[in-house]
Amino acid sequence: MGARVRIPTPLRRFTGGAEEVSADGVTIAAVVDNLEQRHPGLKERLCDEAGKVRRFVNIFVNGDDIRFLNNLETTIKDGDEVSIVPAIAGG
Amino acid sequence: MAKTYKELMEEARQIVPEVAIDEVKNRIERGENWTLLDVREREEYREGHLDGALSLPRGFLEMRVEEAVPDKSTPIIAYCAGGIRSLIAARTLKELGYEKVTSMSGGYTSWKNAGYKWVADRQFTQEQITRYARHFTLPEVGEKGQAKLMDAKVLCIGAGGLGSPVAFYLAAAGVGTIGIIDNDTVDMSNLQRQILHTNDRVGMPKVESAQKTLNALNPDVKVIPLNERLSSENVMRIIKDYDIVINGCDNFPTRYLINDACVMAKKPLVDGSIFQFEGQATVFYPDRGPCYRCLFPEPPPPGAAPSCAEAGVLGVLPGLVGCMQALEAMKLILGAGKPLIGRMMHFDTLSSEVRVLKLRRDPNCLVCGDHPKITELIDYEEFCGLRTAHSA
Repeated sequence: MGARVRIPTPLRRFTGGAEEVSADGVTIAAVVDNLEQRHPGLKERLCDEAGKVRRFVNIFVNGDDIRFLNNLETTIKDGDEVSIVPAIAGG
Repeated sequence: MAKTYKELMEEARQIVPEVAIDEVKNRIERGENWTLLDVREREEYREGHLDGALSLPRGFLEMRVEEAVPDKSTPIIAYCAGGIRSLIAARTLKELGYEKVTSMSGGYTSWKNAGYKWVADRQFTQEQITRYARHFTLPEVGEKGQAKLMDAKVLCIGAGGLGSPVAFYLAAAGVGTIGIIDNDTVDMSNLQRQILHTNDRVGMPKVESAQKTLNALNPDVKVIPLNERLSSENVMRIIKDYDIVINGCDNFPTRYLINDACVMAKKPLVDGSIFQFEGQATVFYPDRGPCYRCLFPEPPPPGAAPSCAEAGVLGVLPGLVGCMQALEAMKLILGAGKPLIGRMMHFDTLSSEVRVLKLRRDPNCLVCGDHPKITELIDYEEFCGLRTAHSA
């Protein structure tokens, strides 16, 4: 099972500049763990020490916020698009 | 055999019942469902007409009435200035198959002289008619919409990358009052993207430069320059005078400050933010959708999210996001289309991809949730970790 993960600009230094990477997993939690294996350092940016998604980052699956689905336990189908959307402040 | 004018009128009176102004007034007050059709020229209509009357000048009547009033069983009261043109118009409507048509005797002149209620559309100057000609042509804007734009009061937070295109386009569109708050001065490094400012204005307060540019483009617009920093002390006083707040600030404390203030004052907030090659735009509308805190309950720790000054920003990017914000503000003012409430447009300019993400109101939101815990403004520098609780 694999998802396409959209990497926001501030985190592309962990993916060698790639804007989209693939990651395996049947849940968001598994996808995040797999991302960490492939791109070390990424998980810490997304999740706090307790493993919960940080409050200034949102993860969307096919345009839906996982906080209103099953959070990290939201299931992933093959080919789903996962978007990581952090708070940005520039104006 | 040819008819005289007198014969023609007599014939029309045989066919079309006339109704006195008092009876028209009674029918309206009884809430009867009559369609009022003003058949005078556009200019006459503009100067004053019955409330809710459709304007359909006599000369265009046959051509346009079936589009304006498709159902031929619709009861119609036609009127003109004195009752003559409407009588002839009503006769024509009968010929076109309209079943229940009457003409108001005495016309608008008698109506107005009797002291009955009339309304006037906005009077536009010749210059405004020319300037906003492309708006007048759009059914979604038209004269009514342009009047709304001219009556609207919009506050731009920041006269920088986002504030520039926002204020520029809103001024061009004729938004009547544009407040701009920014306590910065123009720096040479701003000019790569902040299109309100010019080379010869380096060192000038940004709001002053903005006012010059906007009034040079459209002298109709009342620009209110606010050369101060938005704070918990002044925000409520400042936003109360505006219908819509547009966010073009460049830091997290101000973003949370504006969000909380807009939720508390129930002002729609057209939000935009940019970073390097990436932009976000959405509309936070109190009671109609989520707020900024529903989306981002807490700010990133200081240092985790570098500013544009530290990380850079592509020159055109604020143009893209700012134009989206200006567009959304226009839609809110006009009541047109589907505003970006509960949805976020996400722009990834390097891959040329735009996504629309669904946002939801969080019932547990500290500010706009079912049981809000933050009910007055706080210290936002401290909240964002930029200052400890007890330091000055």
